[in-house]
Amino acid sequence: MTDLTKMTLSDALDGLEAKTFSSVEITEAFISAIEGANSSLNAYVVQTPEKALEMAKASDERRARGEAGILDGAPLGIKDLFCTEGVRTTACSHILGEFTPTYESTVTANLWREGAVMLGKLNMDEFAMGSSNETSYYGNVVNPWRRNGGNAELTPGGSSGGSASAVAADLCLAATASDTGGSIRQPAAFTGTVGIKPTYGRASRYGMVAFASSLDQAGPIAKSVKDAAIMLNVMCSHDNKDSTSLNAEQPDWTKSVGKPVKGMKIGIPKEYRVDGMPEDIEKLWQQGIDWLKAAGCEIVDVSLPHTKYALPAYYIVAPAEASSNLARYDGMRYGVRQDGQDLNDVYSNTRAQGFGAEVRRRLMIGTYVLSAGYYDAYYLKAQKVRTKILQDFQTVFEEVDALLTPTCPSAAFALGERHDDPIAMYLNDVFTVTANLAGLPGISVPVSLDNNGLPLGLQVIGKALDEASCFQVAAELETASGFSSKPSAWWG
Amino acid sequence: MTDRTPYILEGETGDWEVVMGLEVHAQVASQAKLFSGAPTAFGADPNCNVSLVDAALPGMLPVINKGCVEQAVKTGLGLNAQVNLWSRFDRKNYFYPDLPQGYQISQFQFPIIGEGEIEVESDDGYSFTVGIERLHLEQDAGKSIHDLDPSSTYVDLNRSGVALMEIVSKPHIRSPQEAAAYVKKLRAILIALETCDGDMEKGNLRADVNVSVCRPGGYDKFRETGDFSHLGTRCELKNMNSYRFIQQAIEYEANRQIELIESGKGVDQETRLFDTTTGETRSMRSKEDAHDYRYFPDPDLLPLELQQDWVDQIRVNLPELPDQKKERFISDYGLTPYDAGVLAADYEKADYFEAVAKGRDGKMAVNWVANELFGRLNKEDLEIGDSPVSAVHLGELLDLIKSGDISGKIAKTVFDKVWNGEGAPAEIVEKDGLKQVSDTGAIEKIVDDIIAANPSQVEQVQAQKAEGHAKPKALGWFVGQVMKASQGKANPQAVNEILKAKLDL
Repeated sequence: MTDLTKMTLSDALDGLEAKTFSSVEITEAFISAIEGANSSLNAYVVQTPEKALEMAKASDERRARGEAGILDGAPLGIKDLFCTEGVRTTACSHILGEFTPTYESTVTANLWREGAVMLGKLNMDEFAMGSSNETSYYGNVVNPWRRNGGNAELTPGGSSGGSASAVAADLCLAATASDTGGSIRQPAAFTGTVGIKPTYGRASRYGMVAFASSLDQAGPIAKSVKDAAIMLNVMCSHDNKDSTSLNAEQPDWTKSVGKPVKGMKIGIPKEYRVDGMPEDIEKLWQQGIDWLKAAGCEIVDVSLPHTKYALPAYYIVAPAEASSNLARYDGMRYGVRQDGQDLNDVYSNTRAQGFGAEVRRRLMIGTYVLSAGYYDAYYLKAQKVRTKILQDFQTVFEEVDALLTPTCPSAAFALGERHDDPIAMYLNDVFTVTANLAGLPGISVPVSLDNNGLPLGLQVIGKALDEASCFQVAAELETASGFSSKPSAWWG
Repeated sequence: MTDRTPYILEGETGDWEVVMGLEVHAQVASQAKLFSGAPTAFGADPNCNVSLVDAALPGMLPVINKGCVEQAVKTGLGLNAQVNLWSRFDRKNYFYPDLPQGYQISQFQFPIIGEGEIEVESDDGYSFTVGIERLHLEQDAGKSIHDLDPSSTYVDLNRSGVALMEIVSKPHIRSPQEAAAYVKKLRAILIALETCDGDMEKGNLRADVNVSVCRPGGYDKFRETGDFSHLGTRCELKNMNSYRFIQQAIEYEANRQIELIESGKGVDQETRLFDTTTGETRSMRSKEDAHDYRYFPDPDLLPLELQQDWVDQIRVNLPELPDQKKERFISDYGLTPYDAGVLAADYEKADYFEAVAKGRDGKMAVNWVANELFGRLNKEDLEIGDSPVSAVHLGELLDLIKSGDISGKIAKTVFDKVWNGEGAPAEIVEKDGLKQVSDTGAIEKIVDDIIAANPSQVEQVQAQKAEGHAKPKALGWFVGQVMKASQGKANPQAVNEILKAKLDL
C-alpha cells in the first residue's frame, strides 16, 4: 500500500469512498507520522491520537451505513486558535495555561459535522502575532524545507506555521489556519502549500481566539488548490453567533478548479514591485504572468496607489484591536494568574509573565494608538487609509477579474534571523495585509523553487465574495507550473 | 400653580445657585442580556445567569438583542427625542475584575437616541422643562463583593452584560427637589413604557448627578451662550438610588463647593460618592486619576441601522405616557393641570385615582384622593400600594355622599373608620347609624323643639333680619344646634330650608 499520508485530501476522500483503505488506517498512518516527526518539526502542540482513532472508527461506521459526510474520515490538523471542546486551546500563549474549552468553534464544528477527524492542535505564533512562528510559548515550528545543501533550520512562516509545516510534511491531509495580515498565505508560500483567506465574513469567528476582529479570517492550508476548495466549502458558513458573518450565497468552489481562465482579465499592480525585491521573486511573478497569458488571460497593468500605506495602517489597526481583545486575559476567570500585593500588581504580574515579548509589544502599541490625544492621529487616520485601500481595489476591480502578485517578498528565512528586528519581520506581510484591510479573498499557490531550492508562492487577490476566481486562477497556475516538489524527509 | 423660583444658597460672600445635569442608568426590561442569551432574572444564585459571552471566554462574540434595541427606541420616543437610524457601539476599555471583557460595550460617539425633552412637575407646584442630551445602550458590569472576606473580593457576574440605558440630561435642573422630581418623572415614563421596572432599591434605576454652583445669573448666561464655564466646576456624584439620597447629596455637595470657593481653594473636578451614613460626599477619583478609556468602535459588531418603518410602528403602539394621561385627566375629569400632573406622574396613584373617578365627579374624586388619602398616607409614611383604603371603598364613599346618604363631614368619619379596618363604607354607615336624616318630619320636630326652647335666639334672628341682613348670623347657630341634636345626621340642606321657613326668613 502507498504511504497514505502523502495523498492529497481529494485523493484520500476518493480512497475512503472506494474503501481502498479505512479512516482508521489513514488515521493510524498520520498518528505514527506525527510521532516520528513532531520532535523535529514541533508542528503539533497537542496530539489527540485517541480522539482521532475514536472519530475515525465512527467515520468508518458512518461510511459503512452510507451516511458519510463531505470530509468523512479525513484526518486534519487544527490551528490552536480554534476552540475545541475538551481539547486544550491556548492560542500558544502561556496566559491561557491549560485552558480547555467547553465549546466548539463554528469552523471546527462544521468540519466535524462533515465527518473530519482531528489529529491535534497545531502550533502558531502566540495569539497569531508573528510571521515566523517564533513567538509561540511552545517553541518555534521548523519548516520541513531546507536550503539546497544546507541544514539551517528555516521558519515555516507565521502565524499558521504549525498548519503549514504539518501539511508540507504530510502530518495531516489539510489544516485549518487563520489570517489577520497574511498568516495563511505567507506560511503556505514558505512551505510549498496552498492557503486561502476568504472574504471577511465568509468563515465564522465564533470560537476562534480573537487577535484583530476586523481582520481575522479563518481559511485552510492544503496540499492542492482543489483540496483548499474542499476545505473552504466546509469551513465557511453563515453564523448567527458572529455579527460580522456574511449571509451570502456560497458556491461550490471545487467547481472553479480546472475551469478555463481564457478571457479573464488579470491585473498586475505596479506598487507590489518593491525596492530590494529578490530577483527570484521578480522572475516568478513574470513567469506567472506568462503562464496566465498563455492560458488566454488578458494582462492589465493597474495601480493601487495607497498600497505603501497599508503596512503602517495594518500595524496600527491590528494592535489597537488586539489591545482590547486581549484585555480579557486578566487571570481572573481562567488561565494562569500570578499573585501580587494588590489588584494592579496581580494584573501586571499576570500579563507580564503570561504574554510573550511580541504580544506585549503589540499590546503597548495598540494601547498607545488608542490613547486620548493620539487616537485621531493614529487609529482614525489608519481607518481612513483602510477606506482608501478598499477604494483602490474597487476601482481596479471595475476593470479586472483578479490581481496577481507575489505572496511574499522573500522565501523562507532562517529561524532567529529576523527575531530581533520587528520591522524586518513586519515587512513579510507587505503583499498580504492589503487583502485583510480590504476584506478581500486572497490565495497563495506554490509555483516554483528559488535558487536555494525553497518554494515560492504567487498570490491571487479576488473581488469581495469572488473566491471562485481566486481558485480558478490559482488552479491554472498550479497546472501550468506543474509544481509538485516536496521537501525531502530529513525528520524522523 | 406657582412659579419656578431660584433655589438660593447663602454663602459668606453672597448668594449662590446650583446647577445640575443627571445621568440616569435604567436597566432595560428584557428577558435576555444586551449581547448574550443569558437571562436577566433578579435573585438568581451568584454567577448562574452567566453565558460564555458574559464571562468573556476566548473566541466569544457579542450579538445584539433586538428586544433591547426596541426598548431603547420606545424610551426615546417617550422622551420626545430624536431616534438615530444609524448608531454604533464602541468599546470603553478598563480593567476591573467585574468587567470580564476588559471593556464595556457602550455607545460613545453615536448614540441610538439624540436630543429630547420632558416636562417635570415639582413638588412645589410648578412645572419645568428638562432637555435630554442623549440616550445610549450599554452593558452593565458584574458586582464586586468586598465584605464577604477580609482578604478577598468576590465577583458575581449575573449582572454582567445586562442592558442599560444611560439617559443624560442637559444641565437644566436647579434644585435638589427638582433633581428628585426629574428622576421621578423619568421613572414614571419608563414604567408607563414598560422599558424599565424602575426598581431603585434593586439598583435598576440609579442616577449620577453632576453638580456645580454659580452666582445668580450664571445659569442664564449659560443658557444664552451655551458656555459651560458660566456654571462653575462640576463634581459627579455617583450611583444614587433614592430620591432622598439624591437631595441630601446635592445639598451637601453644593454647600461643600461654596465653602471651597469662598475659602479661595476652588473646586476640583472629580467623581464623588455619597456616604448615606454620614450624609457627606467623599472623593472617589480626581480628574487626573480618570481612566483613559480608549474608546473605539467595537469591531465585533456592525453599526446599528434601524428602519424608519420599524420606528414608526413602535411609535404607533406606544402606551399612554404620563403627559398624555395628564391631558386626559384635565379634559375628562376637569382636574387642574397641577393635580393632573401629580397624579399622572405616578402610575399607581393615577390608576388609583382613575378607579375612584371613573363614572363619578372628577373634582370630588381628586379632592378625596389627593387631599384626604395622599395626605393621610404621607402623614403615616405609607405608599399608595399600602393604602388601607382601597379605591373601591373610596369610590363607594363618594357614592354615599353623592346620593345624600351621608354629608361630607360624616364621610370623613367614615373614611377614618375604613382606614382603621372597620369595614366597607356602606357597612359602617349602616352599622353605626350614620345615615343622613332627610326626613323633613323628623327634622321639623327637632327644629320646633329648638325654636321653642330658645326664644332669645329667635328674637336675635328677627332683629338681624329687620336690620336688612339676608342671612342673619344667628341662623348659623340654629343650624349648629339642629345638627348637634341629630348627631350630625340631618341633611344640612334640609335643615337650612326648614329653619328659614319656620323663622320666616
